[in-house]
Amino acid sequence: MQQAAARLAADLPEGAVVNLGRGLPGLVASALGDGAPIWLQAENGILGVGQIAEDGAAGWLTDASKRPVTLRQGAAIFDLADSFDMIRSGRIDVAVLGAFEVSHGGDLANHASAEPTFPPAVGGAMDLAACAREVWVLMRHRTAGGGAKFVEQCTLPVTAAGVVRRVYTDLATYALPRGGSPILLWQSPSAGIQQHTERSHHLSDRSGQ
Amino acid sequence: MARTGKAASSAAEALGFVEDGATIVVGGFGDAGIPLALLDAVADGGVRHLTLISINAGRGRAGVARLITEKRVDRLVCCFPRTAGSIAFEEAWAERRIDLELVPMGTLVARLQAGAAGIPAFFCPVGVGTDLSVGKEDRSFEGRPHVLETALRPDLGLVRAHRGDRFGNLTYRGTDRNLNLVAARAAARAVAEVDTLQVEALDPERIETPGLYVSRLVAA
Repeated sequence: MQQAAARLAADLPEGAVVNLGRGLPGLVASALGDGAPIWLQAENGILGVGQIAEDGAAGWLTDASKRPVTLRQGAAIFDLADSFDMIRSGRIDVAVLGAFEVSHGGDLANHASAEPTFPPAVGGAMDLAACAREVWVLMRHRTAGGGAKFVEQCTLPVTAAGVVRRVYTDLATYALPRGGSPILLWQSPSAGIQQHTERSHHLSDRSGQ
Repeated sequence: MARTGKAASSAAEALGFVEDGATIVVGGFGDAGIPLALLDAVADGGVRHLTLISINAGRGRAGVARLITEKRVDRLVCCFPRTAGSIAFEEAWAERRIDLELVPMGTLVARLQAGAAGIPAFFCPVGVGTDLSVGKEDRSFEGRPHVLETALRPDLGLVRAHRGDRFGNLTYRGTDRNLNLVAARAAARAVAEVDTLQVEALDPERIETPGLYVSRLVAA
């Protein structure tokens, strides 16, 4: 997934304010590296997250995944009221979120799994999905059981409808134009994407559009 | 008393009496900024049938997790109950002995802010059309759908801060701020534990939680 994270990181516009969700999106921070012209917002209360801190770092400075972090020059610290005012008012340019499923129409499902004994958790993902200027998803192409995650219709509860504009997987990159059909922007040479999507869209036919 | 003001000599003294069935908002996010001493005092006091409002459900057996383990929590209003080490919540969930109201984090904060501000309800753009908004009134503003969210006005707020003075004024450090500032304002009565409790007044220019919101505080 490091390569998918690097693909995503390279597409982030210079100067963008970006929130990285829990799990796989955390890989984007290391893909960006030190000194990238991106402002990372951590919803627990930082704008301008630096790097994951070395051992012995202050326990009172952590990111939203609870890892100790450093601050970049110009960073600000605030409480959750400020943090979610920033999010709800559309000041986050790109929210990078993980997902159980994304539909071809851009519906995001990432707060409740199909496993009834597994309690749901929403965190700040629903706020980010509804209110960030763009939502990009970083996820594996297929489930551990081999099922599709980029699907015609979500089978799981939807976290926000029609919001996802980009999907980055280990096998492909898709753009999801508002109200349009998915566009395959990139696929792994070894991917066999057609095999994965032949029952819905022949996405490889659309590449280059 | 004049010299010590709101300063208490123990967490139990700071906490005072908590009624069965009380609603308590707890500061903290992950392991950061959690009022662990006050949560222990709540558990030691033997109170039951609590509703807790919290970002997470605790880790291991400490804090919120201790209260859940000891079956003192009937209801949890929470954003991210399942985290690494949230064994107490997961057990309670599997045994169906805890009622979970899952709330998006920003909406949880905004509902507490509304409670703090004396605003009973507000329309929010988050959660439209999702399973978390079933049965909620919806309405469009500027062509965008919103759902009606109601204020939270907890009986008690438990706050973790960095410094406090005998007037109850508080300052914070780093990302320990998280839910603590809002928890102090939203609750009918808030108590705080601090790293450093000083008799002399904090610099008024640096105070983040005015002492008006804080009834008692303790060094912990």
